[in-house]
Amino acid sequence: MSILLDASSRVIVQGITGREGTFHAEQMQAMGTRVVGGTSPGKGGTAHIGVPVFNTVADAVKATDANASGIFVPPPFAADAIMEAAASGITLIVCITEGIPIQEMIKVKDFLRGYPAARLIGANCPGLITPGVAKIGIIPQNITSSGPVGLVSRSGTLTYEVASALSASGLGQSTIVGIGGDPVLGLTFRDVIELFEQDPATTHLVVIGEIGGSDEERAAELLARGSRLKTVAFISGRTAPEGKRMGHAGAIISGNRGTAKSKEEAFRKAGVAVAETTDEIVGLLR
Amino acid sequence: MKLLEYQAKEVLASLGIAIPPGKVARTPDEAAAACAELGPVAVKAQVPVGGRGKAGGIKLARTPDEARAAAAQIIGMDIKGFKVPLVYCETALEIDREIYLGFTVDRDARANILMLSAKGGMEIEQVAEESPESIARLYPNPWRGPLDFELTQLVYEAGLGELARPLTSLIKKLYRAIPELDAVTAEINPLVVTKSGEVIAGDAKLEVDESAAWRHKDLEQRYGGVLEGDPFEVEAKKLGLTYVSLDGEIGIIGNGAGLCMSTLDLVQRAGGHAANFCDIGGGAKAEVVQNALAVILMNPRVRGVLMNVFGGITRGDEVAKGLVAARDNLKMQLPLVVRLSGTREAEGRKILKENGIEPGANAWEAAQKIVELTRVAAK
Repeated sequence: MSILLDASSRVIVQGITGREGTFHAEQMQAMGTRVVGGTSPGKGGTAHIGVPVFNTVADAVKATDANASGIFVPPPFAADAIMEAAASGITLIVCITEGIPIQEMIKVKDFLRGYPAARLIGANCPGLITPGVAKIGIIPQNITSSGPVGLVSRSGTLTYEVASALSASGLGQSTIVGIGGDPVLGLTFRDVIELFEQDPATTHLVVIGEIGGSDEERAAELLARGSRLKTVAFISGRTAPEGKRMGHAGAIISGNRGTAKSKEEAFRKAGVAVAETTDEIVGLLR
Repeated sequence: MKLLEYQAKEVLASLGIAIPPGKVARTPDEAAAACAELGPVAVKAQVPVGGRGKAGGIKLARTPDEARAAAAQIIGMDIKGFKVPLVYCETALEIDREIYLGFTVDRDARANILMLSAKGGMEIEQVAEESPESIARLYPNPWRGPLDFELTQLVYEAGLGELARPLTSLIKKLYRAIPELDAVTAEINPLVVTKSGEVIAGDAKLEVDESAAWRHKDLEQRYGGVLEGDPFEVEAKKLGLTYVSLDGEIGIIGNGAGLCMSTLDLVQRAGGHAANFCDIGGGAKAEVVQNALAVILMNPRVRGVLMNVFGGITRGDEVAKGLVAARDNLKMQLPLVVRLSGTREAEGRKILKENGIEPGANAWEAAQKIVELTRVAAK
């Protein structure tokens, strides 16, 4: 079992004919993901890496019944690609693209309110993988293995680091979700943890956060209300230099939330074990 | 990109917001000339960071001689790590009251938030903590921006009803910085109501989104080069690398922001301090590794380098070979510890060891090793 993505997910890749899109779509196929097609405006009607290419997501959904999409288009087009996917009926949208303007993402978030069934992961994220079954994004499958640990993270390489340590210790993963590090993004820690709570195959949880924002604090508030998952949290950036502040606007709305200390304290208060280094995570999870 | 005060005011003026008369001065003589033209002025350090008043970066000058002396003191001064490149000489205002007006991105709400308070000035953060209700807030719809009645509500909620007309019009102008400039934060604090009833921007802060720089090349061209910045950061930017200067003695290379940050944490935990770090992003191509190492070594404070690379599908032996070549090309003599993981990592470690580079079995061990080696080297 898993969350969000399984063997029945029918995946398209937006930007499938690009260099990144091609490479990662092939990697997704190689581990068994059902890649049913891709989009690339102007190349509709052709085939690429063995699947049909469409001009629009609407065409792709009509022809293939796709319900999930991985987005690999350049930053100026990515926000539109997310909205196109939602408007075409895709319910799992994974945007890998890094560097989308914040104001575009704020508009996207507002737009998605009209499509409550659509879930967005990212942007600027490594995507998600259900080990041994399927993936959308760029998480290397060779460092993952199947098992009971749910893993949710804001960082890319740290996710890989922790996944590979878990796999090496015989702790497989149910699903790994990289939610991305942008200030305005799709699913939050809290959203993903709620899904893991409902997945009977997930019994353990690792949360990898970092400084900034207060998504970690909100996740801790959720876990404090009671959870069946044995959870370990790790926060990176406890010694990172403070951003040189200019105005007061940020402080007015966030106060002291956002520091590594505030996040770690929130998790401890919720009864969650906090790892001080990534090497400690495996030991604390057992 | 954070704009300097005079740049932010130039932008506000272009949006139709009133600003006090002022002139930029790069030398004490220019400051004297500005004062001769404008009359009594405030001579203000231009740095992209708050707290310059307390740091001695703002001085009042009644005469050109005073302005010259003030500028001579302020230009070149270091304020929180920024060397002051120039001053802004601005006519002092006859202040009747000070208002706070600003917007920023509320990460939790995933939206822009507009804020207005009758209690403007230096203590606004304290106001936010002690009486948050005295700051009126509005989340405008991102597609259409704030509507007139929403702004009117905001102004009345802030207790500024008697200024409803000028304020709603001013907020609308300020808001244009979002769709037109991709501003992520703007702040006018204080927004001054003068004794003659005018509403003028006393100070201005403006930050535009780096991710949107591709559609605002004019802003970068116009304002990007004024601050000298850290010379190493400038060099790294030319090479397309993400680099940050710190003040310790250990150079750090990692791939990915999260991994770099957690490596900094480990070095500190082991008793060391990072001199800088360089994020080489995904993969670990030999050329990128060499560039990163070169930038890290430019800083003379660096006494040892820790490289923490998670390979994933990158081959460890190839990374190791590239690293040995980079070290030899750069004739690097300082201790170097490398923590490699990914495919063929055992082969990678063997290559490192044969070439006199310390491999760390895991990140924590590698951090302890580099701290120890830099200590020995310092003795």
